[in-house]
Amino acid sequence: MMQDVQTTSLFKERSTLLVLGALLVVTVAVTLANLLPQGHPLYVSTFTVSLLGKYLCYALLAVALDLVWGYLGILSLGHGAFFALGGYAMGMYLMRQIGARGVYGNPELPDFMVFLNWHELPWYWHGFSSFPFAMAMVLLVPGALAFVFGWLAFRSRVSGVYFSIITQALTYALMLAFYRNEMGFGGNNGLTDFKEILGADVWAEDTRRTMFIASSVALAAGYLICRAITRSRLGRLCVAVRDSEARTRFIGYRVEHVKLAVFVVSAMLAGVAGALYVPQVGIINPDQFSPLFSIELVVWVALGGRATLYGAIIGALVVNYLKTVFTGVMPEAWLFALGGLFVLVTVALPKGIAGLLRFRQGQARTAASRQEAKA
Amino acid sequence: MNKVNATLKRVRELARPDRVFDFMVPQESPVDTRHGPILYLEDVSVSFDGFKAINNLNLTIDDGELRCIIGPNGAGKTTMMDIITGKTRPDSGQAWFGSRHNLLSLSEPEIARLGIGRKFQKPTVFEALSVFENLELAMAGDKRVWATFTARLNSESRGRIDEVLDTIGLAQEYRRPAGVLSHGQKQWLEIGMLLMQRPRLLLVDEPVAGMTEQEMQRTAELLTRLAGQQSVVVVEHDMGFVRSIARTVTVLHQGSVLAEGSMDEVSNDPKVVEVYLGAPQEEMA
Repeated sequence: MMQDVQTTSLFKERSTLLVLGALLVVTVAVTLANLLPQGHPLYVSTFTVSLLGKYLCYALLAVALDLVWGYLGILSLGHGAFFALGGYAMGMYLMRQIGARGVYGNPELPDFMVFLNWHELPWYWHGFSSFPFAMAMVLLVPGALAFVFGWLAFRSRVSGVYFSIITQALTYALMLAFYRNEMGFGGNNGLTDFKEILGADVWAEDTRRTMFIASSVALAAGYLICRAITRSRLGRLCVAVRDSEARTRFIGYRVEHVKLAVFVVSAMLAGVAGALYVPQVGIINPDQFSPLFSIELVVWVALGGRATLYGAIIGALVVNYLKTVFTGVMPEAWLFALGGLFVLVTVALPKGIAGLLRFRQGQARTAASRQEAKA
Repeated sequence: MNKVNATLKRVRELARPDRVFDFMVPQESPVDTRHGPILYLEDVSVSFDGFKAINNLNLTIDDGELRCIIGPNGAGKTTMMDIITGKTRPDSGQAWFGSRHNLLSLSEPEIARLGIGRKFQKPTVFEALSVFENLELAMAGDKRVWATFTARLNSESRGRIDEVLDTIGLAQEYRRPAGVLSHGQKQWLEIGMLLMQRPRLLLVDEPVAGMTEQEMQRTAELLTRLAGQQSVVVVEHDMGFVRSIARTVTVLHQGSVLAEGSMDEVSNDPKVVEVYLGAPQEEMA
């Protein structure tokens, strides 16, 4: 009678298979099309490959946000901060790889430090010439920030709109801090002019393809991690916390621990997305901390459909594709289009694009259960 | 020499290997009901800003008993529940759960873990989750984050959920989201969630408020069935409902027990008629 309650394995689930399958097809197709000779009708330019890679990073960021917002009900308006911190960790590694090839040819210091008349590397830049160390920081820095911030907020039972506001303040404060030259992160220019990653030329076609594939793999892994959480009992607990926090506490769960754990996982995934984004875009600057970016990110998830994970992927891809098209054709109209989209979704599609897909699925299911009831 | 022997004897007595100091007994140890009552309140008083909400209350609930508590508004029914569950601390008096656990020295979660489950008036279930999942989350067990993440349903817990589903009469609805259940079904589901924690004592606050006649009947059946396996204390306004389930009724008035006995005894007690049963009729008149 109860065979349908969580017995299929993660890799036999239809939605998971669809997501992984679609990702695989797109990744393989784009990679192969890029390998075709230029001028071939199916050729995809390296620029487009990197653009798609960027979208995939955004999609991973959206999935991370959906985990805390859709399932746990924590609307973080500062998730861009974790993304940017992961990006800066990667950027610092890339800066250290430039070596003496900078404009000033200083083998020890990045260009902007020479420009500011600094004579030695700040202590927090040490270690970033090692790739494994930088990758560890990509996870640890956003994770640690989320841990401290979340621990303070959740322990004092800050929730709802108050939590959203302080996350917004967090990312704004970080933006102001990173704008300052004295911080040692390149001020408003950020980190750029990258040359090599793991010994390979950042701008070479091979490297671009590899980074695109890496983004795709990271998105798949991030999706699987989030899906593993949401389909476990912990996932149902998250929904319980979202819908009735007091009641959850009453049946014996430590709500603040649940929130903290999931928030930290989400921040780490956002950090990974940022780290993959930076080498493909070629720059990281404090604009990435801007509150607007974090809000735009919320729009992606809302548009795609909350609490589905795949909806977040769809939303990130659709909005960013539209953004690329719009800013190319008529840049001044993009913000209106984004606002319009948000209004449209709120009014007409409260469950987002995923809601449309689910609606059809739901109809099929209702029909099936009716037949079952008859039998 | 005698003194030495006496001291030695006392030391030996202290160090007897077959015994444990009382304070070493884990608080989670089973509730001791060998002496009869599962809940024992003695001379409990509590006042809020000079208002005596509970005034020298004495109450004993036996293991497996179904007890109804009635009383006019402000009689102290809810405050009494608050004291038992650790939400309110009394100014004086004693409260024991079994003969081993002093409720006044335990925190709310500790009391809940010992096996006192409380159902509030307004049903709160997790609306987005199915009936089955609601019960699954409420199940007793390790509730830390990692343990919850790796938890798998074994056949034992599945059996336990099935059992509770049958008890609360929602076996047909197990897949439906709790949000679409009727008011009465939500109340039963919430009772089921309490049962998943294997309580020894269930405190149920106005279970039939807002229920239809049929739902009331089923609730009466459910509560009667539960008594015996666990003790059930029901606070209720609806006299018809109380009459249909009560074996023993306690009437509270101004924070203390006014009368106790079978429904017939109580309803013929002149004091009770005066303060409670008579009141509505006077209002009507």
